[in-house]
Amino acid sequence: MSRTDSNTIIPPSRSDARRLVRMLLRDPAPLLAVCVLLVIVFSALFGPLLVGEATTKPNFALRNAAPQLEHGLAYILGADNLGRSVLGRLVLGARTTISIAAGAVVLSLSIGGALGLLAGSRAGLLSDVIMRLTDIIMAFPSLLIALIVLYLLGPGIGNLVLVLAVTRIPIYLRTVRAEVMEIRRRPFVAAARSMGAGQGWIMRKHLIALVLPTLFTIAAVDFAAVIIAESGLSFLGLGVQPPDFTWGSMVAAGRGYISSAWWLAALPGAMILATTLSLAVLSNWVRLATDPAQAWRFFRTPKANAT
Amino acid sequence: MFRRTLLTLFSLVGLFALVFFLSRVTGDPSYLFLPVDASAEAREAFSQAHGFDQPVSVQFFSYLKSILSGDFGTSLRQQRPAMDIALEAFPVTLRLIGVSLLIAFAGALLFGCLAAMCPRGLADRLISLVSLAGASAPDFWVAIMLVLVFSVQLDLLPTSGLGGPAYWVLPVIVLVLRPFGLLGQVVRGAMIQALSAPFIKTARAKGVAERRVVFVHALRNAMLPVVTVAGDLTASLLNGAVIVETVFGWPGIGGVMINAILQRDFAVIQATILVTAIAILALNIVIDLTYGWLDPRLRTA
Repeated sequence: MSRTDSNTIIPPSRSDARRLVRMLLRDPAPLLAVCVLLVIVFSALFGPLLVGEATTKPNFALRNAAPQLEHGLAYILGADNLGRSVLGRLVLGARTTISIAAGAVVLSLSIGGALGLLAGSRAGLLSDVIMRLTDIIMAFPSLLIALIVLYLLGPGIGNLVLVLAVTRIPIYLRTVRAEVMEIRRRPFVAAARSMGAGQGWIMRKHLIALVLPTLFTIAAVDFAAVIIAESGLSFLGLGVQPPDFTWGSMVAAGRGYISSAWWLAALPGAMILATTLSLAVLSNWVRLATDPAQAWRFFRTPKANAT
Repeated sequence: MFRRTLLTLFSLVGLFALVFFLSRVTGDPSYLFLPVDASAEAREAFSQAHGFDQPVSVQFFSYLKSILSGDFGTSLRQQRPAMDIALEAFPVTLRLIGVSLLIAFAGALLFGCLAAMCPRGLADRLISLVSLAGASAPDFWVAIMLVLVFSVQLDLLPTSGLGGPAYWVLPVIVLVLRPFGLLGQVVRGAMIQALSAPFIKTARAKGVAERRVVFVHALRNAMLPVVTVAGDLTASLLNGAVIVETVFGWPGIGGVMINAILQRDFAVIQATILVTAIAILALNIVIDLTYGWLDPRLRTA
């Protein structure tokens, strides 16, 4: 972090976005990740319009059919235990999987971020109460609290989003609080305060500005974690209930056919992996590309090389 | 130190309250304790015997009293004290988690440091990719795929159960994957930052050997975020344990809890929650203490 202080790197400003895109085109791994995510978001948005009868209607002639080309594009990834197109169901499953995760992430990011800022910016009773509450949430491992609450409230998409959000709040809260506490101790905050900056100014210009990039990186990684948590719950049977399905419940359904039709469990799981892996690769790359402390890796200036 | 212990006790009480109220406010508790097809008379008798017809405040104090005297009720399915079942299962999970955490922690420290020593180099890219895949893979799917390859196709390892070392291989691999991946990245990130700090330049200028600079000077300063994440990961390892114990049929606390949930055996669910929660609160105290030990500046906070 002290790198920014000792080096005089001017952070990229106006042509920032274009420069980022140009950098992206040169880096194959994050480029591939963007393509994968675009395909998944496209399926989540328009998927239901694209799939036909092969996905929704049982077709017992093709029960557990292996991936093949003979029956057209729909059955290229095989068929499930009712003869429905696996490809089509993967496309449909994208929408439920993505929207549940997105809802949970937005909810936990806003609540956790706000509470963390509050707990970090002033010590005292309120801060203690918030931290003890997170301790109580963290005392249950997230999957266990989700299992128990879903058991008590009943499974369903609404409760699932709520439970996933509540279990992720401590991650944002703790990170923001720790960062805020650390940043508050730095000389530039004391300097701002001694120059007469108010509490609100310091919070907006110094604390939030420095915490936000971390927060978004966590959100991207956490989006992946939420997808995994949701699919785990659906796998255990307490998440999404039929007729709704996500990639996680598709793996659960395919588990029984593991020795005869491996693709039923393997392919939805591979989709989950592709999504989470792409998110991780991309968020990692964005953090490197936008962090001023790491900028010397991308924007080489003579001075930066001198160190 | 004394204050922290008091606060921890406070959160334990909060936890008991949460479990109590969640189970009471969501409807007739007899639906949680009794099978779905129990008759109305049976429910009535059960509610009276357990005091569910009394005011909530009265119920809460009798509930607290029974917990303080170590009585967690009886398993409806097994007709044994629920606490016995939970305490029997706990060591199985503890051993599984302990072994996995040790492997993950050691691996992450070593590989994370190696990656930080040559950023953007071949080793760094390779390690980053491996740890990314480890952090991104859904554990239940990895478990199923490993069973598919090593048990069904190759017939090398047992599909499930508890026994000799062969039975440990697949569960431990599944459980190590994610903490290793996440920790490896945290170590790498923290080390890159620590290595660019002024005191590292000072150490190098003094002529300290590079290995000592990396593994002693930088590592100790990079440990703070690592310990936080490692602590959270230990708690989340219990999540992994639930999945792993379900897929591989281990009689650990996660497997017991899932079975209790699926069989609606609420006394056992309660007992397993409380055993788990106490273990994790103890862990949180250890993390806080380690924090102060690693960074003396935080001790007064």
